Amino acid sequence: MLNVDLIFKVAGIGIVVTILYTVLKQAGKEEHSYLVALVGVVVVLMLVVRVVSDLFETVKTVFRL
Amino acid sequence: MEIVKIVGLGLVAGTLAILLRQEKPVFATLLSLAAGALILFLVLERVAGIADVLQDLAVRANVDGLYLGIVLKVIGVAFLAEFAGQVLRDAGESSIASKVELGGKIIIVVLAIPIVAAILQTLTSMLG
Repeated sequence: MLNVDLIFKVAGIGIVVTILYTVLKQAGKEEHSYLVALVGVVVVLMLVVRVVSDLFETVKTVFRL
Repeated sequence: MEIVKIVGLGLVAGTLAILLRQEKPVFATLLSLAAGALILFLVLERVAGIADVLQDLAVRANVDGLYLGIVLKVIGVAFLAEFAGQVLRDAGESSIASKVELGGKIIIVVLAIPIVAAILQTLTSMLG
């Protein structure tokens, strides 16, 4: 059941980044908090892009596009 | 059994997306994109079976394979355009979503031209 893991991984990273973002913001380090959010988005994007590209490949083969 | 997986995945992803949307909407969008892709994966296995059955029926009814190919292509284009459009609309980018769907519609029209031409040709030959 790979697919549910991906959902939890993405959600986990999102929650961790959100917490770090708010904590850093409270601590007064605005720029660090923004950098953490950026890193989180990049990591999640890497995960999601791989799944979406697999989907596009499958669609191409199934529908012979 | 398949439907249980789809429903479960959808509900889990939906609740997590809501959780993420309050603080960081970007993660909610990425999560819904990932969930959509995974659910479509499960659906695609069934669609491949349907496509093969259609192929056999077309061969048996000696329908020209070209037309069935076009039908499958149109379904694929609509499939992807609708997927991207809905994810973009969820993210709040309805203008980009409508552009994506417009592109899909135009590609479908282009794909359908040979069929329309064939229909007109058979019509004129019948009437002529």
